[in-house]
Amino acid sequence: MSLLRVEHSLGFAQLQDGGRFGVRQLGVTQGGALDWIAQHWANWLLGNPLDACVIEIPLGGLTLRAEADGWLALCGADLNTKLDQQPLAPWQAFAIRSGQQLEFTQPRSGVRAYLAAAGGFEATSVLGSVATVMREGLGGLHGDGTGLKSGDQLTYSAQPAIGRNMPPEAIPDYQSAVTLQLLLGAQSNQFSGASLFAVFNREWTLDQRADRMGMRLTGPVLQYQGEPLISEGIPLGAVQVPPDGLPIVLLNDRQTIGGYPRLGALTPASIARLAQCAPGQKIRLQPISQQQARQEQLALLASWPAQASSF
Amino acid sequence: MTPRIETVAIDSLMLRLFDQIDEANMPWLMAAAERLHAAFGAQLIDLVPSYTTLMLHYDCLELSEAQALERVQLALKGLQPLAMNASGQRHELPVWYHPSVGPDLQPLAHRAGCTAEQVIERHCSRDYPVFTLGFAPGFGYMGLVDPSIAAPRLTTPRQRVPKGSVGIAERQTSVYPMASPGGWNLIGRCPLALFNRERDGYSLLKPGDRVRFVAIDQPEFLRLGGDPTPMEPTP
Repeated sequence: MSLLRVEHSLGFAQLQDGGRFGVRQLGVTQGGALDWIAQHWANWLLGNPLDACVIEIPLGGLTLRAEADGWLALCGADLNTKLDQQPLAPWQAFAIRSGQQLEFTQPRSGVRAYLAAAGGFEATSVLGSVATVMREGLGGLHGDGTGLKSGDQLTYSAQPAIGRNMPPEAIPDYQSAVTLQLLLGAQSNQFSGASLFAVFNREWTLDQRADRMGMRLTGPVLQYQGEPLISEGIPLGAVQVPPDGLPIVLLNDRQTIGGYPRLGALTPASIARLAQCAPGQKIRLQPISQQQARQEQLALLASWPAQASSF
Repeated sequence: MTPRIETVAIDSLMLRLFDQIDEANMPWLMAAAERLHAAFGAQLIDLVPSYTTLMLHYDCLELSEAQALERVQLALKGLQPLAMNASGQRHELPVWYHPSVGPDLQPLAHRAGCTAEQVIERHCSRDYPVFTLGFAPGFGYMGLVDPSIAAPRLTTPRQRVPKGSVGIAERQTSVYPMASPGGWNLIGRCPLALFNRERDGYSLLKPGDRVRFVAIDQPEFLRLGGDPTPMEPTP
């Protein structure tokens, strides 16, 4: 058994797994790692199930202390992470010794880091998942939806199932231009022609109002010309347009039903990419068909080979 | 029953069965949900019912959209509505209707041109189907209340609505399962736990259930474990 103690936390770092399913009809949201691709890689490096419980660390503000030797893996954003004051680059598995300090300070590239542990961090699942959803008071280390706080103790297996190295070509460049794929659907045909043209031909900017529930984009004002809607289910990545005409991408902690018109939904890979964007980021949207989106998703999922490489 | 079906995400279809909110939709929606669960089995990840729709989240790694559509159409062929008493449980929810925990009771009575007692009587006068759950875990959208006690949402939502608060918005009514911000007109408080993560099934209410509100007095409210902390009067 290995142990990490939380020395300092701003409260935003939280346990996440693949999310909560089969409970949407109870009004319970999905949760789960926003950048599920980085989460998958972090778990893959240690031979864990790809959606095993990790710590999602937005922006930094977290200091951990090992109280036993163990194996961890870090993927996603570069949060100027330090292991005993020495820089620690993301996209690798690493050993941590009892007494060492792991500190996440500020984002240098990307927004959310994912820390995986051998066998996954241990927590009691609530409604089938340990995903932390603060708004609902569900999941996390204590089951009540709270993020990690000073004094929390995180346990995991002493030994990883396997040790792997990251294929270099799979490491994303968060500095690159952001083009997100939007699968048109829902009420998309009830927006004005000029609005639909603007969606795919104008530049969007990620607003300050961006969290695990949704991220707002600013840009041209879109005009919905249809009837008011009766509230209906909202899928992950849905792009809704409230009366102010500015789209909101609804994410893992979204409300389960809602009544604003929607353009469609982002693909899973685009949701992961958006999760690494900071406010002010320029974004382009590109249309994609369901068939194409599914082919790309199947190809992406094949990128986590089951066979082991070794350290 | 042939719903209009739309793609709403890589792995989700919206099944539109009706165009209007109507209690008579519920037995159809529940029957469709049963059939879809049976037809998709483990390949159904989530099914989100609402007033007129079902959103079907399926396993898009296992099924192409064409396969999912075909399965939906087969499942809904010859659909018959569930008998109303077979489409879920009936609950009696006790409510202490009082201005101290329901600050909008008097204003609502004033708006309706009747007494607070008449508002309570009308609110308790019928069974309400649970159309859907959303907004928060266990928050059931119920209705429709008598048109005379319908009221628009507050212009400015309250920062904090206490757990158990019973509210009206337009012709809908609900109970807040946990403290949260909220803009519904509050008329009383229910002492029962609407959502409990320790409980089997978690949510007291499920879509398709029916609810009858029953007026209780303060001693009964306290006996049932209710928290009588009064709310600040509405400015």
